[in-house]
Amino acid sequence: MLDWITGIAAWELLALEPPGWGGVLLKGLAVSLQVAVGGYILGFLIGIGGATGKLYGGPILRDVLDVYTTLVRAVPELVLILLLYYAGTDALNKIMILMGAERTDISGLAAGIFVIGVVQGAYQTEVLRGAFKAVPYGQIEAARAYGMSSLQVLRRIILPGMLPHAVPGLANLWLIATKDTALLAVVGVSELTLVTRQAGGTTKSYFLFFMAAGLLYLMVTLLSNVVIRRVERHARRGMTAVR
Amino acid sequence: MEPELRSWKEPHRLVLLAIAIGIVVFAATTMRWDWLPRYSGKLVTGVGTTLWLLFLTSVLGFLLAVPLGLAQAAGPFWLSGPARAFCTVIRGTPLLLQLWLLYYGLGSLFAYWPEIRQSWAWPYLRSAWPYGVLALTMSFAGYEGEVMRGAFAGVPKGELEAARAYGMSPFTAFRRIWLPRAIHRALPTLAGETVLQLKATPLVATITVVDVYAIISRVRQDTFLTYEPLLLLALIYMILTGVLVVAFRWLEARVPVQS
Repeated sequence: MLDWITGIAAWELLALEPPGWGGVLLKGLAVSLQVAVGGYILGFLIGIGGATGKLYGGPILRDVLDVYTTLVRAVPELVLILLLYYAGTDALNKIMILMGAERTDISGLAAGIFVIGVVQGAYQTEVLRGAFKAVPYGQIEAARAYGMSSLQVLRRIILPGMLPHAVPGLANLWLIATKDTALLAVVGVSELTLVTRQAGGTTKSYFLFFMAAGLLYLMVTLLSNVVIRRVERHARRGMTAVR
Repeated sequence: MEPELRSWKEPHRLVLLAIAIGIVVFAATTMRWDWLPRYSGKLVTGVGTTLWLLFLTSVLGFLLAVPLGLAQAAGPFWLSGPARAFCTVIRGTPLLLQLWLLYYGLGSLFAYWPEIRQSWAWPYLRSAWPYGVLALTMSFAGYEGEVMRGAFAGVPKGELEAARAYGMSPFTAFRRIWLPRAIHRALPTLAGETVLQLKATPLVATITVVDVYAIISRVRQDTFLTYEPLLLLALIYMILTGVLVVAFRWLEARVPVQS
C-alpha cells in the first residue's frame, strides 16, 4: 500500500529528461496531435467530396458513397483501424513494387493519418451533407440571378450559410478524432496512450502515468472547446440567439 | 430531398449488387476459411459475451446517467459541479486510456492491499471483466448523462407546475412526470448511443476479456491470417449494428409521440 502511494507520488518520473518519462509522454502527445490534425484534414477533404457526391452526384456515385458511410459507421473503429492499417500498408507496398521501388516500411504516423482520415471522412460526409442541405435553395437561386459565378456562390452564399450548421458536428468530430488516435496504440503507433502504457510498464507506476496522460488529453479537449466556442460565435454572427 | 424509396430493380443497383456478390464469392473461394468450423463455437460464445457486456453496461450506464443528468439540470452546485466534471472528464479522455487506467492502475493498487487480497472480492478484482464493465458503464453514463441533462432541462416547466398544483409531492412529480417525459425526449438519441457502445465493447479485449474481438484476435494468432478473420469480424459487427438499429426503430414505433 505504502509502495503504491509513493509510486503514485513519484513526480520525478514525470521529469522531462531521460530518467523521467515526461519528454516521452509529450512526444507521444505530439504524435497523437499530428495524427488527429492530419486525419481530420484528410477526413474533411473526403467529407467535402462525399457530401457533394451524395447531393449532386449520379445514382451510382451516391450508392457507392452510401455503402462507404454505412460500412464505416457500423463497424467499430478498432476493427476498421486494424483492417485499414494492414490493407493500407499492403496496398501501398504493392503499388511501390509495381512502380519498381523497394518494399518500404510505412511510418506509423502516415498509416495512422490515413486510417483516421478514412473513418473521419465517413462521418464528415454526413455532417457536411446536412449542412449543405440547410442552405435555403432560394438564396442560391437569388445569387445566380445576380449573375454570380458558381465559385462566388460557393464563397459568398453556400459556405457562410452552411457554416453555423456544420460547426457543431465538425467540432464533435474533431474531439472524436483526438480520442480515436488512442486506438492506434493497438497497432503499435507510438502515440500518447501507447507510450503511457510503456512508461507504466517499465516503472510500474501505472496510475501516475495514466493520470498524467488523461490530463493531457483533457487539456486538448478543453482548449479545443475554447477555440470551438469562438469559431461557433463567429459562424453564428448576425443570427438570433437560440437561448 | 427525402431519401427515396430503395429499389433493387434499378439497373445500376443490379450491377452494384452483382459486383457485391462477385466480391463475396471471390472472398469465399480464394481466401482461406477452413479455420471457421474449428472456431465457430467459440465465436458464438464471444458474440454472447459482447452482447452481454453491451446490455449490462448500457443498462447500468443509463441508471447512472439519470442522476447525473438530474444533478446537472436541477441540482445544487455541490451536486451539479461534480456531475459536470465527471461528464467532462469521461468525454474528454479516450476510453482506451480510462480502461487501462482502471485495469493496470487500480488493479495494481488492489494487489498492494493485503486486506483486499484475502477478501472474498479478490477473485473478482483479479479478473479483468469488472474493470471492463466499470469503464464501459462510466463511459455510457458520461455521454448519456449529458443527453439526460438536456432532456431534463427541456421538459416544459408548466407540466411540472401542473403536477405541483395537483398536490403531487416532488418525488411523485419526478416519478410520474419529469422522468418519463425526459426519457421520452432522450429516446431518439438512445439508439445512436447504444450503437456507439457496441462499437466500444471490443476495447475490453485489450485487457484480456474474451469477447468476439478477442476470439478473432486468437484466430489471427493461430492461423497467421490477416484479413479473413478481420473481415468476418467486421461482418459480425455490421449484423449486430443492423439488429440494434432495427430493434430500436421497433421500440420507438411503439412509444406514442404527440406532435
